[in-house]
Amino acid sequence: MNLRDPLATARGLGSAKDGVQHWWMQRLTAIVLALLSPWFIYFAVAQIGADQFQVRNAIAEPLNATLLLGFVIAMMWHARLGLQVVVEDYIHGWLEIALQIAIKLVYAFATIAAVIAIGRIAFAAQ
Amino acid sequence: MPTRERPLSPFMIGQVYKPQITSVLSILHRATGVALAVGALGFAAWLLAVAGTADAFECFRWFLASWLGKAALFAFTACLMYHLFNGLRHLAWDAGWGFEIPTVYKSGYAVVILTILVTAAIWVCALGLGGAA
Repeated sequence: MNLRDPLATARGLGSAKDGVQHWWMQRLTAIVLALLSPWFIYFAVAQIGADQFQVRNAIAEPLNATLLLGFVIAMMWHARLGLQVVVEDYIHGWLEIALQIAIKLVYAFATIAAVIAIGRIAFAAQ
Repeated sequence: MPTRERPLSPFMIGQVYKPQITSVLSILHRATGVALAVGALGFAAWLLAVAGTADAFECFRWFLASWLGKAALFAFTACLMYHLFNGLRHLAWDAGWGFEIPTVYKSGYAVVILTILVTAAIWVCALGLGGAA
């Protein structure tokens, strides 16, 4: 038995309109992170004891810069989506709205900061 | 009609429900997710320091080499490994695999064992490489 409005099925949207998108992006970013996490751990461990110029040189390698950008963007996106659900579940009222806005802004700016930092390192003349 | 104060599900564990591996691992997935989200902000700050001044980088290096910094990095590693392995378990469920209760229990214990082993292996490598640095 299907209780869904046939029109809703035809439009392909739930009541929240973008719930499917949220669910899919959480899974897609999860797949990206699952694939890149082994590389990230290897890369991070390799930086132990390195000085600033050695770390910059490692990040500036085009392949490393590419993978790190992909990892960081997926991580920030995944974190934002996950925190949104946690706040939806446990916090209500005005605090919920304030936190939801704060989470979106903080993770948007953290992403921008990470992209700027990696870009500056990757594009700077060594 | 006034609504009565009713217990909500996450707060029933402990008082009403006995903790089970299924519920405990589910709560841990959220807890480690929140911890990693906070850690992600720390990682962005570290990237800014790497791209920034020598003082900012030294400040991070000094903190990360301290006991508190090492403890934070260890917690981050353990949370990442748990969230990664349990996340793969969730992706398998999303694809419709492993829903039978005995399988759920087996995969749950596998996640815990893998988390401990891989976290330990990473730190053996990390301490062997860096020593006190």
